[in-house]
Amino acid sequence: MVGTMTGWVILAAVLAVDGLLFNAYALEGIRRSADVLTRFFYFSSGTTMVAAIFVSMRLLAEERQAGTLPLLYASPVQDVEIVLGKFFAGLLFLCGLTLLTAYMPLLILVHGKVSVGHLAAGYLGLFLLGSACVAVGTFASALARTQIVAGIVGGALLVALLVTWQLSRVAEPPFAGLFAALALHNLHFVPFESGVIHLRDVAYYLLVTWVLLFAATRVVEARRWR
Amino acid sequence: MIQVDGLTKYYGARAAIRDLSFRISSGEVVGFLGLNGAGKTTTLKILAAVLLPSSGTVRIDGMDVARAPRSLKQRIGYLPEQAPLYDEMTVGGYLRFVAELHGVPAARASTAVEAVEERTDLRSAHSELLGSLSHGYRQRVGVAQALVHGPSILLLDEPSKGLDPAQIIEMRGLLRSLRTTHTVLVSSHILPEIAQTCDRLLVIRDGELVAQGTEHELEQRLGGSGSVVVEVRGSAAAAEAALRGVEGVRAVTVVSGDEDRVELRADAPEALRPAIARAVLAAGLDLLRLDVGQDRLESLFLRLTGGTEA
Repeated sequence: MVGTMTGWVILAAVLAVDGLLFNAYALEGIRRSADVLTRFFYFSSGTTMVAAIFVSMRLLAEERQAGTLPLLYASPVQDVEIVLGKFFAGLLFLCGLTLLTAYMPLLILVHGKVSVGHLAAGYLGLFLLGSACVAVGTFASALARTQIVAGIVGGALLVALLVTWQLSRVAEPPFAGLFAALALHNLHFVPFESGVIHLRDVAYYLLVTWVLLFAATRVVEARRWR
Repeated sequence: MIQVDGLTKYYGARAAIRDLSFRISSGEVVGFLGLNGAGKTTTLKILAAVLLPSSGTVRIDGMDVARAPRSLKQRIGYLPEQAPLYDEMTVGGYLRFVAELHGVPAARASTAVEAVEERTDLRSAHSELLGSLSHGYRQRVGVAQALVHGPSILLLDEPSKGLDPAQIIEMRGLLRSLRTTHTVLVSSHILPEIAQTCDRLLVIRDGELVAQGTEHELEQRLGGSGSVVVEVRGSAAAAEAALRGVEGVRAVTVVSGDEDRVELRADAPEALRPAIARAVLAAGLDLLRLDVGQDRLESLFLRLTGGTEA
């Protein structure tokens, strides 16, 4: 990722969009510092999700496209290690990218007050959301033969996970509760935006990450049969 | 030792290989011969544990490859049909990555990379980007990545594919140099290419092993014993009659020529060349050339693999 142009292009695009949104949206009008920070984490969650899909769509699909997967399969590395290695590489890049946005909250600090707890909670939320989204992308990348298809599948899965909260509004109980609990953003990320950490939300993101990485590992294992 | 027993692989309803069984002893260089689509690549993928078989087993020194413990995979070097290269990496960086991937400790990786670059004549390309290399160099890096972790078994899928004649000679030399130190299974669809470097040949056709043995044994088994090409100055009819008179010559064909230069092909063992020479001279003809038929290997290959003989 770092050795190719793609990573740098994603990094530059995300920072540019974040910067624009920060000026146009978070700093709009006169607000309390905490509100600005809440808005910053809100739009950053959007750019993080999009960046996660772009970063992860190539993780395994590109190996298959370039014909380098046999090198990994023939090595002493296990399938689960291949998936985890790819996942952590993508997540590490996304973390680096997310940390580069820290100058925006620091700008708030110049003219106002920023709670370190709020800042830490917001970035923890971005990290957990990013982790779940990179896992979604890794799973899609394991399924697809090309990066483009992986991007489309990953994007579709992400949108499906996002809009389950809409389903919860029209579904009858107990499905309404189930759909609301499954939603990737609304119920689980909003507390992080405001600087609140619920163990329930942390567990949710870790569970989504685990389930999708488990599924990705099974897909990689199954490819040895075809 | 590599033991393959009843190896079968289905892709959907189609069997790519069926009930393959063979043995390869330590230190042997074995050629795996077959037309495109015969099942060579599938077999090598299964031997390298890249693919799992539908049935059958591959054992290396008694250990099942499908269950492949790490230590077993460290002993195998595999070059797929397409060299698995990351274009954005340098040759040295890539080989180091592959070495570490196969469990070579970081402290020893540099030495391993230097050694394999020396062996495959890649020292000058150490800092080159893989994406900028020619096909020949890429193939050479492919062989280097299979060797870098010091495996005792090498599985090479068409290492000479797409190489020019000079590069093919280099590759042949490299394979010869591995003869004593490695057990090698090298696939090809060019018999003359691997016949020169291999101790033994395995011939696969439509996913089934149809023959195995040395080139000479295969030739004997097929009932063929080669051909001799003769070029004389004089009458074609007299030359043909002279050759037919030699005991052991099964058939004679006039290939081309006029009165100055006539080329004939005699279906006969190459050992009959002295007798043929004497017969030509006794008939009062000038002997211009006497050679082993160059089409012998191609003909043998086509008969073994079921290709169409021209």
